[in-house]
Amino acid sequence: MTVVTPLRSDLALIASLIAQGSRVLDLGCADGSLLRHIIDHDRCTGTGVDTDPDSVLGAIRSGVPLIELDVDSDLGMFADDSYDVVVLSRTLQTVRKPSAVLTEMARIAPRCIVSMPNFGYWRNRVRLARGWMPRSKDLPYEWHDTPNIHHATLHELEDLFTGLGLTIAQRVPLRADGRPAKVADHLANLASSSAVYVLTR
Amino acid sequence: MPRPRSAEPDLTGSVGFVSTQKVTLFDSDTPLRLARGGVLAPVEVAYETYGELSRRGDNAVFVCHALTGDAHAAGYHPGARRPGWWDTMIGPGKPLDTTRMFVVCANLIGGCQGTTGPASTNPATGAAYGMDFPLLDMVDFVTVHRALLKHLGVTKLVAAFGGSLGGMQVLEWALRYPEDMATAVVIAASSRLSAQNIAFSAVAREAITRDPGFAEGQYAAAGTAPQMGLSIARMMAHITYLSEEAMTTKFGREPQESTFTPGFGADFAVESYLRHQGESFLERFDALSYLYLTRVMDYFDPFADAAATDAIAAAGTKVLVTSFSSDWRFSPMHSQRIVRTLERAGVPVTYRTLQSDYGHDSFLLEVPGYQETVRAYLDRALEELG
Repeated sequence: MTVVTPLRSDLALIASLIAQGSRVLDLGCADGSLLRHIIDHDRCTGTGVDTDPDSVLGAIRSGVPLIELDVDSDLGMFADDSYDVVVLSRTLQTVRKPSAVLTEMARIAPRCIVSMPNFGYWRNRVRLARGWMPRSKDLPYEWHDTPNIHHATLHELEDLFTGLGLTIAQRVPLRADGRPAKVADHLANLASSSAVYVLTR
Repeated sequence: MPRPRSAEPDLTGSVGFVSTQKVTLFDSDTPLRLARGGVLAPVEVAYETYGELSRRGDNAVFVCHALTGDAHAAGYHPGARRPGWWDTMIGPGKPLDTTRMFVVCANLIGGCQGTTGPASTNPATGAAYGMDFPLLDMVDFVTVHRALLKHLGVTKLVAAFGGSLGGMQVLEWALRYPEDMATAVVIAASSRLSAQNIAFSAVAREAITRDPGFAEGQYAAAGTAPQMGLSIARMMAHITYLSEEAMTTKFGREPQESTFTPGFGADFAVESYLRHQGESFLERFDALSYLYLTRVMDYFDPFADAAATDAIAAAGTKVLVTSFSSDWRFSPMHSQRIVRTLERAGVPVTYRTLQSDYGHDSFLLEVPGYQETVRAYLDRALEELG
């Protein structure tokens, strides 16, 4: 009997943004739980990409097709328009060239779902004002030992999207616990710990 | 009861003592029809099995061996000190877990370790086939192995499973008959040899055919053998199986004896090692098998047919592809071509590049992450069978 663990809340939100029957490429798929969920419940097909050894083994054990490759250099593996949706969850801040990765994603699928921690979250601003680098649930690492090599506020992130010619079809601000934050649009950059974006070409 | 301890191998995690079986699968009424034309009968096949076949006949894994492998993949032949060639992978509790799976391995047609090949007797002449043996194609291996599975009562494979040439055979099998298997496991293989790969094969074949003992391929009848050529072929191939790091670690620039004796003998340890590899190969391999089997690899190019992936994409057969970082015989790029082609056809494909310093031979060794990956993949495959 397989033990069914509930999908982490931010992944559940992403799952809800994916149409039934979609072909999905999940970059930085960790143990493949998002793909496993939408394959089992939403008739989706897809492929996960990750390089962390434990994640890779977990995804393989759960039966998710997994390709171990470097998101920064190897996305040429995937053909133009070969997926319906490409997901990049909490990974954009770890790649060397976010703009190049986003461009590749938009080549591979007409729809991208991207989530990223928000450096402009008010708690982060308070910590910085007191003289300390932000630390939070979404930014849990010490500055010298972090996979996160880029930090941006939602303003800067959105500037990058539009600069690359991507349209923000939807934005869901998230609280620190990964649940949607109910905030006015103009306060999102202050009130959300991270955000999920649906981007189209 | 006391046992002579030193002579007994440690059977922990081993399938134990095994022996190679033989069966005649094709006879003159139903000969083997070869892809490049011609027929062959009888065809005798040497094989081994480990574990027990389920009542439904659906827990089998077919293991395909590499160029110079044989049917003895796991366990010990009585009296032998070394186990079968893939004992790291096959056994109770190992990735190919013989407490749950029925593992089959057979010597290739065209080979020389019990299955019919160029050194076998041609019933039409009463002498060895020699160069009268028909040219082979990758699919001929598959045809013979499917016949063996039918004979054994296997209804479906959990996996067709192989490394190097064995992996190429798995790819051919999965593309042609994807409904035979739930998964295909293709390790350190290629969908198409590069010019460099073919060049190495070509030099090996030249060494054999230019040996005066080759006698135009009729050396069995002439009572000679191209021993020098075959051993040089093996020495050169062996270089391609190891990485530079592996050779440095294993031999460095060490002298074979305690000090160097400058001259033209086998003075460096690596020279002596290669010489030993070349010589010991003569005891177990036939020069014509080497020619026939390497030629099958040279011509293999399944994706040249644009429709090659149609059947496997429709069947939903899953594929695991792995390569090793230091393999320069079939570099990760070879595996990635297989992955790219299958992925673009919509085949559920899983791929890893495993970090290893041992070169092409890594696929026979214990490498961090390698056995775990195979285990995770096959555990899932068994689970999905229910």
